[in-house]
Amino acid sequence: MTSQWLIVPVAVPAMTAAMLVLALRHSLTGQRIISVTATAAQLIAAISLYVLAGDGEPRAYLLGNWPAPFGIVLVLDRLAATMLLLAGLLAFGVVIAAIGAWDRRGRHFHALFQFQMLGINGAFLTGDLFNLFVFFEVLLIASYGLMLHGGGARRLKAGFHYIAVNLIGSTVFLFAVGAIYATTGTLNMADLAVKVGQVAADNQALLAAGALLLLTVFAIKSAMVPLHWWLPPTYGSTSPPAAALFAIMTKVGAYSIIRVYTLIFGADAGALADIATPWILPAGIVTLVLGTIGVLANRSLLDLVCYSVIASMGTLLIAIGLTSTAGLAAALYYAVQSTITSAGLFLLAGLLLKEQDGRGPLVRLPQPVLLYAGLYFLLAIAMVGMPPLAGFIGKFLILDAGRAASHMASVWPAILVTSLLLIIGFTRAGIRLFWNGPGVAETPAPRVAPMLPTIVVAGMITAVAMLSLLAGPVMNDMTATAEQVLAPQRYIAVVLRPRLASNLSGE
Amino acid sequence: MSMEFLMATGIGALTAVGLYLILLRRTFPVVIGLSFLSYAVNVFLFTMGRLAIDRPPIIGSTSAGYTDPLPQALVLTAIVITFGMTALIVVLSLRAFLETGADDVTLGIRADEEPSVPHRDEVVR
Repeated sequence: MTSQWLIVPVAVPAMTAAMLVLALRHSLTGQRIISVTATAAQLIAAISLYVLAGDGEPRAYLLGNWPAPFGIVLVLDRLAATMLLLAGLLAFGVVIAAIGAWDRRGRHFHALFQFQMLGINGAFLTGDLFNLFVFFEVLLIASYGLMLHGGGARRLKAGFHYIAVNLIGSTVFLFAVGAIYATTGTLNMADLAVKVGQVAADNQALLAAGALLLLTVFAIKSAMVPLHWWLPPTYGSTSPPAAALFAIMTKVGAYSIIRVYTLIFGADAGALADIATPWILPAGIVTLVLGTIGVLANRSLLDLVCYSVIASMGTLLIAIGLTSTAGLAAALYYAVQSTITSAGLFLLAGLLLKEQDGRGPLVRLPQPVLLYAGLYFLLAIAMVGMPPLAGFIGKFLILDAGRAASHMASVWPAILVTSLLLIIGFTRAGIRLFWNGPGVAETPAPRVAPMLPTIVVAGMITAVAMLSLLAGPVMNDMTATAEQVLAPQRYIAVVLRPRLASNLSGE
Repeated sequence: MSMEFLMATGIGALTAVGLYLILLRRTFPVVIGLSFLSYAVNVFLFTMGRLAIDRPPIIGSTSAGYTDPLPQALVLTAIVITFGMTALIVVLSLRAFLETGADDVTLGIRADEEPSVPHRDEVVR
């Protein structure tokens, strides 16, 4: 089944960004109006596509109407729709939070923001491995600009690290794509899923090398140990709205892992079936442990938030590594809540911290302090996974999935002990922030924080609360998504044999 | 010596040089190392369509065979992207050098390390 609507989440930000750069480069007000409108349009499109994908039928869009293995294809299934909706929600919050203080610090914030959305939406929708590389590059190029937005020596240094690491990652991606193309002769994901199982025995080593090189690339993107060192300096030194938007970028890596290692190298891949599974679960556990140690060892609020993002990626990778329907459903639920929570934490950290050249524990609390302490408390609860917010439900579901998949001895202690340590880390940071404030003599004049980011942070907490209130219906959707992901035959049929597939689904 | 052997050693040498340079602690060798890596991957992608001499990248009735055109399209895309990235990282490292007065890649910023460098505001603006 084909649908023309699939191009909307890619086309809208592309055209908006071009218009912002070309026509509105001198009018910040105009940029804001257009950018917010376009982001709202993307959110509406994402909601419509989510409803469209809710019937369980994948949809394909042939770019240039070239038939599937020859042209590039966009595919919408439940997984892609879920991630699009998450990206749309997050982007809408971030673009509003950025209005005022941050989009004025440098030029072209909104254009870069829209280009980044183009890359993110495209990466979620594409059904072609090389096109995935291209969308990765689009979102990375935009993220370089956003990361450096505002300037400053520290940001430039951290930016150099970030760009160098990702350039190496892009090179490795190309090596992997080359190895996979050399052995299979195709780069269409659905076509690959069919052909990977039929590769001749003497080519399988090269194909396996390509598959695991690809895992390395996604590990860089999703901050999997030992490739997580780029994240704290990068997210810690960029502007808060950019860091909040980057919360979805680690999930792009996690999404790619789910997509590639269930569809292409999934259970049906013959000799290479489940090639990444032995790596993801142990790497997830180590990521979680190291992230937690980072949270305990933090010296500043931004360090704390950055390492808690790494810890949450570890939890997410554990859930993905269980490779069961329940594990994958729990992973998706946890991914949604941890993305919103970490974005909220980054925005809140931006409200609490005073902008300075170096990065230190220097804090100037905005008034009223009680409100911001309350926001921190709620976000910390969501991040460490305490009831009643959605982080608890997510971790609980992962534990439950771990029980069923006989990984109890490794998964349960890892998640439970690190949760306790995360609570200690966040409590310690909270005490230091709000109870050990500056002495009376050095108390600066009361500072009023900007309204919009505060409202957005409160809105994100509301979203997380809604996620825990509606956990039942949401989990039904996530379970259906996981079932669809783990049974990719329908996806393959829709992409490769569209006429046959639509004849079968229509009476 | 076969052409495959020549290409493989060439790619290996480019990758080795690139990796070595990336591990150095000044920004300039790192940028050059990244360029070497991208050359290596471009040649690698090119050879993935198999090495063939005097074959057109299109099926024709007069030619004996054809060479795979897709890797050439992939290489073209890869060249464009890595060219843009290299330009960006060159500008960025230049800017970082002007702002901090050192082309060290370490994050520890010591403004007083090289007193001969003028104050950064005077350099940049």
